[in-house]
Amino acid sequence: MSEQSTATISTVTVSINGSSVTVPEGASLKDACGVAGVEIPTLCWAANLTPANACRLCVVEVENSRTLVPSCSRQVEEGMVVQTDSERVHHSRRMVLEFLGSSVDLSQADDLARWSKAYGADPDRYGNSPARIEEEIKIQDNLYIRDYDKCVLCFKCVDACGDDAQHTFAIAVSGRGFGARISTEFDVSLPDSACVYCGNCVAVCPTNALQFKSEFDLREAAAWKPEEQTVTRTVCSYCGVGCNLEMHVQDNTIVKVTSPNDHSVTNGHLCIKGRFGWQYVQPVATE
Amino acid sequence: MFGAGGGTVSYEEIEEVDVILLWGSNAREAHPIFFHHLMTGLDNGATMFAVDPRRSSSSKFADVWLGLNLGSDVAMSNTVAREIINQGLTNREFIAHSTTGFEAYAKSVEPFTLEVGEQITGVPASAIAEMARAYATADKAQILWTLGITEHHNGVDNVLALCNLSLLTGHIGRWGSGLVPLRGQNNVQGGGDMGALPNKFPGFQDITDPEAHAKFSELYGVDLPDKNGLHLTLMFEAMERGEITSAYIIGENPADSEADIEFARATLRGLDTLVVQDIFMTRTAELADVVLPASVGWAESDGTVTSSERRVQRVRAAVTPPGEAWHDQDIIGELARRMGYDWGKPTSEELWDELRSLSPLHIGMSYERLEDGGLQWPCPDLDHPGTPFLHGWLWEDDLGGHPLAPFSVVEAAGPKEELSAEFPIRLTTGRALDSYNTGVQSGGFDSPIRYGDALDVNPADADRLGIADGELVKVSSPRGSVEMAIRIQPEIPVGLTFTTFHFPELVDINVLTSDAWDKKSGTAEFKAAAIRIDKISANAGEGESNG
Repeated sequence: MSEQSTATISTVTVSINGSSVTVPEGASLKDACGVAGVEIPTLCWAANLTPANACRLCVVEVENSRTLVPSCSRQVEEGMVVQTDSERVHHSRRMVLEFLGSSVDLSQADDLARWSKAYGADPDRYGNSPARIEEEIKIQDNLYIRDYDKCVLCFKCVDACGDDAQHTFAIAVSGRGFGARISTEFDVSLPDSACVYCGNCVAVCPTNALQFKSEFDLREAAAWKPEEQTVTRTVCSYCGVGCNLEMHVQDNTIVKVTSPNDHSVTNGHLCIKGRFGWQYVQPVATE
Repeated sequence: MFGAGGGTVSYEEIEEVDVILLWGSNAREAHPIFFHHLMTGLDNGATMFAVDPRRSSSSKFADVWLGLNLGSDVAMSNTVAREIINQGLTNREFIAHSTTGFEAYAKSVEPFTLEVGEQITGVPASAIAEMARAYATADKAQILWTLGITEHHNGVDNVLALCNLSLLTGHIGRWGSGLVPLRGQNNVQGGGDMGALPNKFPGFQDITDPEAHAKFSELYGVDLPDKNGLHLTLMFEAMERGEITSAYIIGENPADSEADIEFARATLRGLDTLVVQDIFMTRTAELADVVLPASVGWAESDGTVTSSERRVQRVRAAVTPPGEAWHDQDIIGELARRMGYDWGKPTSEELWDELRSLSPLHIGMSYERLEDGGLQWPCPDLDHPGTPFLHGWLWEDDLGGHPLAPFSVVEAAGPKEELSAEFPIRLTTGRALDSYNTGVQSGGFDSPIRYGDALDVNPADADRLGIADGELVKVSSPRGSVEMAIRIQPEIPVGLTFTTFHFPELVDINVLTSDAWDKKSGTAEFKAAAIRIDKISANAGEGESNG
């Protein structure tokens, strides 16, 4: 009659770098690595999205598997023997990071920078003038900007806009090969598209290709100081759903709003009011 | 509902539901993140019926849209009930075990055949029958509603009519099944929980209950009133009669938000003393003798709020308030001190613990336990995990000591204000995704998708009236007139018009809204006025409209 009467959950035991780990059935290899205390680099994976299997950064070596497998989506099977630190794994991850670093502006992708260092990735070895998209930053309003030079086509924004969360389907991939872009229908401007400005695409972007305008303006003015920011968890003031907000505050000024991925109400997602509607707290603060 | 004022299920339950009746709610725009859970339910295979005069953005996600005539909700639910009974789809065991009044109720809905239902609601009989069968035969089913149900002169009857459907089928008190009034403001649930109602102490304890009265009077050391107070609508009437001469308004903007607004403003102006405590100089604050500047509840002060799923969560100060703005509780404390009661300066947690000592629903909710993610009431002790769904007692052998849940016979009355030759068009109001209430808060940010308040009109009506998209027209009701722009919308049915109410400084829409209100709840009939649309001048419209 109630959820209290759930059946017992079956478990699976796997070996991660030689240590034995037991996790619930249906868990991913990445989850199992987490239990074993092994960090897995990811780019296109997010806790609140279905794995897109686009970036191949999270690959691991599974015994008797011909190819490396993406640990974010591959489910555990009893007795799997997994290596996350082999030369083959390192080599693959390094190549992914180098390819991306040679053609995309990763200057604001903090996690990628950390992993590039960890895996010794050297994007410059592909020459010092690799092809770039070289597009002007799209600034259409005061809510968020789009910088295509920073886009790694990880699909997170498409999935957050689509059936993983928002179900608005305002954006998808258009074009092929190097010409592939995340685009609105027929590349119309955002207000003319189906976009409802929830900003859930911005929240999941790993490289700051999608960026809140408030952050963008501060960065342009060389005044973005994440190390000085506090993050306070509170509840949105609009409607009665009870979405949790993380208020990022710098110099007693709200500079960005996010929501915790692990909150049962939001799963990290917000609407336009929760994401952008806080300006009234500080109507003159942007002066 | 059945003794406690709150949504009976948790958001996550709708992800596993089989049938959803979304009734008088545009949750896609008004409760967007709840709608995420609902869409997960649809992705998982749920069937949704949207009952709404408008083909709203929420209705577009439904399998079937039932575009009923405005205000025919009781007729619709009675027809659904009769069809369920007639088809033998009631939950007989549940009705016999847990409810009372079925015979009288069944008799009262007997006249509502599918044909009668179709005639009154304007919805094809086949669609009503399909909804009735789907709801009655579902394993798990929920009815969700918002102000499309409650903001009518018979709003309480509308709610009772929906409760009847849940009793008829046993879709209540079980995981996944229930009744969901979606709350429109971030703490409207918490306000009720805390006793900000004219007839309740905190925790929904009756003011007229001698035991509760003694408990509260003893703690506070005063003999508290033992008679119910007045709700907002009655307060305004008492002001008009001169029985209430002073008002202290905290965080509310009735000079913009009340229906029949000119009456509300005149009444506030007529007070001897008006004190307004707010974070902004609202239109109401402009009328005040004294304005007390407050800090922002959720961003500049600590406390708790309660959501639609009865989840109590903590709000925390992220920034310090400007100038002389104070936390609401400190302002009230200082007022008390000047009146001769020194309450000290309690922290938010100390006030919360005081509430926990008085409200059985909240005893187990220490600040420490609320730290992460919150808890759902009732939570009667510190080891209690909180309560995802209410009314599980309906399924217990002895009903957990509760009385039987009553069916209610409800009259199918239409809107108070009938259409006439002078005012032949219906007006209803509602929210837009990117805005909120009178716009005091949402006006603070630039939304690229905001269009302002405009009157949505069906293309056929626009043709008949000779008005173009974007044209400025004069809109009149028996109470007054405003000028506003037309937005031609195929989604709005012929004979109905719709507007938001977020820009009172541009379009004073509540000049038009009805002065009728529900005697049981005090809620005004914002959802149904009779209007007329006039061209401002024969030439102006053509010159200005550019499609």
